[in-house]
Amino acid sequence: MVLGNYKDCVCARAADPGILSASQDGGIVTQLFACALEHGIIDGAVVAGQGDEPYKPVPIVATTVAELLEARGTRYNVCPNVSMIKEATRSYGLDKVGIVGTPCQIQSVRKLQLYPMGMRSVGSKIALAIGIFCMENFSYQGLEAMVEDLCNVKMESACKMDIGKGKFTVFTERGAVSQIPLKLTHKFEQPGCHVCLDYVANLADISTGSVGTPDGWSTVFTRTKAGESIWGKAIEAGYFETKPISDVKPGLDLVTKLATDKITKNQKTLDERVSFGVGKGLRNPYL
Amino acid sequence: MGLLSRLKKIFTGKKPEQPEAGSGSANAPKAVTVPKARPGAKPAVTPGDVKVKKNPRKIEKEEKPVAEKITIGHVHMSGCTGCLVSLADNYGGLFTLLDNYADLNYCLTLADVRDIPKMDVALVEGSVCINDHHSVEDIRKARKNATIVVALGSCAAYGNITRFCRGGQWNQPQHESYLPIADLIDVDVYLPACPPSPEAIRNVAVMAYLLLRGSDEQKELAAAYLKPLMDLAKRGTEACGCDLMIDVIGQSLCIGCGTCAATCPVRAITIEGGRPNINRDLCIKCGACYAQCPRSFFNFDVMNQFEAIGEAIDAAMGKGGE
Repeated sequence: MVLGNYKDCVCARAADPGILSASQDGGIVTQLFACALEHGIIDGAVVAGQGDEPYKPVPIVATTVAELLEARGTRYNVCPNVSMIKEATRSYGLDKVGIVGTPCQIQSVRKLQLYPMGMRSVGSKIALAIGIFCMENFSYQGLEAMVEDLCNVKMESACKMDIGKGKFTVFTERGAVSQIPLKLTHKFEQPGCHVCLDYVANLADISTGSVGTPDGWSTVFTRTKAGESIWGKAIEAGYFETKPISDVKPGLDLVTKLATDKITKNQKTLDERVSFGVGKGLRNPYL
Repeated sequence: MGLLSRLKKIFTGKKPEQPEAGSGSANAPKAVTVPKARPGAKPAVTPGDVKVKKNPRKIEKEEKPVAEKITIGHVHMSGCTGCLVSLADNYGGLFTLLDNYADLNYCLTLADVRDIPKMDVALVEGSVCINDHHSVEDIRKARKNATIVVALGSCAAYGNITRFCRGGQWNQPQHESYLPIADLIDVDVYLPACPPSPEAIRNVAVMAYLLLRGSDEQKELAAAYLKPLMDLAKRGTEACGCDLMIDVIGQSLCIGCGTCAATCPVRAITIEGGRPNINRDLCIKCGACYAQCPRSFFNFDVMNQFEAIGEAIDAAMGKGGE
């Protein structure tokens, strides 16, 4: 159950080399939204666009493939995507909205669908919620410290950042590669992440991430009926190259291991919160 | 899942029954007898029948499933009627709700009933003006006569905009103290937001129906669904954007998802540096931000079944209320 309910799991990457040229891994999110846009499954999608500082994301409502392409790649810090979900159905007037988010953001999406207190006519318009695997997230200032202080790279000269194989890596425009052990980044994690019990976006329609598949590919879980139908259409229309997940290394075992690690670690944090003070504890959000 | 598949079966099983009973209730039972009876029975039997027929069909519709339906009343305290408008904004869904699950047996705007009757669920909108004895009597009576009291909307739950009242307004300048209903009576369920969305009211109404009329399994689901809203009712009668600072960020729980900013009805919240920033001059103290926050409550037992519950509610409402 650490991987949540899912109907299918494959190894995939975008078929469009134009997307892969600047995507984080398999270009799944960009390609899938592009497919959904072209097939009229969504009218637009809330994605992490470029903010006013390098690698500072702002949520944008992308209604064209060009806008999606501009938003490619992972920026390892907080982007409040859910803050635009209502706006997408109001100012942008979208009837079918896509949204991409970390597991916690997908949890927000499901909560606003089941308990839509201040979210009139939003829940029913969410046509595709894509979740991305997430171990933890950083504040912008945290990321800045990691990149500039620890990796000695100016934010504006970085062209890609990546977390994998126990390392945080920054690539620069001029081809330099700077790497630090992931352990050094732990102190910059945002505290709210330490109670999160979801690694692979269990509540998304489709969730994806690099873990489990070779470089340049992504692991893709299809979880809901909506997700299954959209993924089916995308495959049929040739938007993706796929391989069975059982054929690739390191495969689902690694995903399961990391998910278990995260949940075990954070469950411990939750348990510790109960007796944080003397005879007093911190609030449990999962009640 | 077993629980939900049964729930769905009951809902989808009910649907075919209900429309038959509902849309044809005036005719269907008689349609069987009338054709046979028509030729012979016309002269003698009509007087009895005619009375029934003269009553508008609606009344007959409502009489049929009454044994199964719950009764819901809308109790109007000091509020703007926006919450009631939100209930009505379920459009077709409201009719499905009233046809199959609930009778609206008290509602100053929509039902012609003067005194607060006995009811299963009282949806109380607005705060109580304690300077007006009618209001105080009404809220007491609502509590006595209702099995479940729902604070519908933020005025009932937290005072909301009425918290800012200082009296002196025409033509009741002495009316200056408006209290959330839970300051005067026990409240079972909170449904905050200004106003709570039509879908939220619909969900709570359907869940209240299941809680009161459902099978054991349905009761279990409804109780699980309503529990966080019951906990909100126990949490207190004060709300403010500050709740995010105190009970989310202050508790090391904020993940910067932005839900609060999207929820705020007055756009008092912006996300700055990955955390909500509250413009306290704009905040109307409705409590929607905290209630909607994924880190105020998140019940995995319910959320993990979001797809099935969504489908079940759609099925119950005859595929989408809008």
